Amino acid sequence: MALHKLLRAAALTLVLLFFLFPIFWIVVMSFQTNEEILRLPPSLVFRPTLANYTALISGHLQTASGILDITFLHNLWNSILLSTCSVLLALVLGVPAAYAFARFRFRLGEDIAFTMLSFRFAPPLLVLLPLSLYFQDLGLNDTYIGLIWIYQLICLPLILWIVRGYFEDASPDIEYAYRIDGHSWWRAFTRIAIPLAGPGIAAAGLLSFIFAWNNFVFALILASADKQPVTVGALAFVTASGIQYGQIAAAIVLSILPTLALALYAQRWLVEGLSLGAVKG
Amino acid sequence: MSTTVIPTPAKAPARPLLPRLLPYLLSLPALIVCIGILVPFFTAAWYSLQRYNLAMPLNREFVWFGQYLDMLTDPDFWATVRVSAVYAVATVGLELLLGLGIALLLRERTRFNNIVSVALLLPLMTAPAIASLMWKLMTNPNFGVLSWLVALFGVHDFRWASAPSSAMFTVVLVDIWVYTPFMMVLLLAGLRSLPQQPFEAARLDGVAGHFVFFRITLPMLAPYIVTATLFRMLDSMQQFDIVYAMTQGGPGDSLMLFQVRAYLDFFQYTNVGTSAALMIVLWALTYALSNVFIKQWLKLRERTHGAA
Repeated sequence: MALHKLLRAAALTLVLLFFLFPIFWIVVMSFQTNEEILRLPPSLVFRPTLANYTALISGHLQTASGILDITFLHNLWNSILLSTCSVLLALVLGVPAAYAFARFRFRLGEDIAFTMLSFRFAPPLLVLLPLSLYFQDLGLNDTYIGLIWIYQLICLPLILWIVRGYFEDASPDIEYAYRIDGHSWWRAFTRIAIPLAGPGIAAAGLLSFIFAWNNFVFALILASADKQPVTVGALAFVTASGIQYGQIAAAIVLSILPTLALALYAQRWLVEGLSLGAVKG
Repeated sequence: MSTTVIPTPAKAPARPLLPRLLPYLLSLPALIVCIGILVPFFTAAWYSLQRYNLAMPLNREFVWFGQYLDMLTDPDFWATVRVSAVYAVATVGLELLLGLGIALLLRERTRFNNIVSVALLLPLMTAPAIASLMWKLMTNPNFGVLSWLVALFGVHDFRWASAPSSAMFTVVLVDIWVYTPFMMVLLLAGLRSLPQQPFEAARLDGVAGHFVFFRITLPMLAPYIVTATLFRMLDSMQQFDIVYAMTQGGPGDSLMLFQVRAYLDFFQYTNVGTSAALMIVLWALTYALSNVFIKQWLKLRERTHGAA
């Protein structure tokens, strides 16, 4: 039994090391100067510096070839804007639809719901490549609106199917009783159904925010330089010449911090969200 | 869920049309947004039947299925099929084994196990493109901590993603880092939802551990395993972010997955026709698989929410 416990502890240690060390190490790097990063063997004994972060935030990077202006903060702002607006739009579109699919049997209802689900599994480039040609014609290629629209491919299936599950789990009897009292359908929906599905709506919103934030390929293809979120911005940043490694690490930390924090906050609902509402944690 | 349309209150029989239209009105906005997305899908199918290169607009012509036929004899296409298959099988297979192992380790609902399982979710919440950058920093030949580590073990000059022989290994490693937690949480949720009686009975009867695992745990967990595997398989066949951020499909064409090649065909060689045809092939593959997946997914969903 002791051996069994020892093996289990060893296995868990290895697992934790593999999955958490990269995050830990990038955080460490982000507080180091270039000299400390380049020093071999790597060492955890160093004087933490905030220089990488202040350089990123000020937007002026000191490089070997002079001052380089970067727009990393603007990328961060784009990520916040794109993810927030996409989730809000997806909630406005998705919650009523989820309610319709949960409460009513109607012709084509299931077909529509499954079509939306299937969007989650279609290759994104199939849609993105023709869209990149359309976007210029439609004048959307330098707007947030075009991106927010196409981000619905990520957010809408998630919200639709998680929230639908919550509506189905809530008994319709309460709404029925409320309507017998003479209240309109709309009041039953907003006063009874939505509050009952509240946790599900919040969970779906948080998760779609995380997925929208983490998306890379949509913005890589459709966003102009001015509208790029951090995922695309960070990549461009790495390939720019003369950028210090500590600054790359700091940019990575700033890019992943919001989603990691949200994930810890929303962990209760993660399993459900990841399985598109099929499994509860 | 067994309800049909909520009956309108008795005093309002005068408006039968609205209740009947209501579900359509509610789902219409979401539908319209999605129809907008279907338009480019049909455009892609249309382009795939044309010889169409943005750099040579005059040569644009309709060739029916010519490009699909050309693909069959194109070694580059078969290289893409092979690389994508290796990538999908390697990542999903290893993630399943690892994820199942970790889920078994964390099976009991203790406080410690719950904290560990939440901590293990962090890689999954990292943007895959950014995860690639993290591993790029760690495998840098000059200062990367992993390069230093393998050198300690006597492997000098291991070039990770920049050598054709180890590029696949490196991106598979990143994929495993990001997506194993997905397998882990789904299987853990499955394990914890299994009924306890068979396990108690087996314990009372003194059944050997491996027998319990292969004859009770695995069969009962099978729906979860199948769903999680298909889910990951669909995503892995379409992987783009990790590979593009790591090497853009290189070195050579050692990592030319479907979407990576289509991206380069389109933007580097401006060949709209071939990249559209490539995407239609990938779509057909994923569509077939996603139908199998959705059936499995529905079974689990019914178990969670009651019959739909």
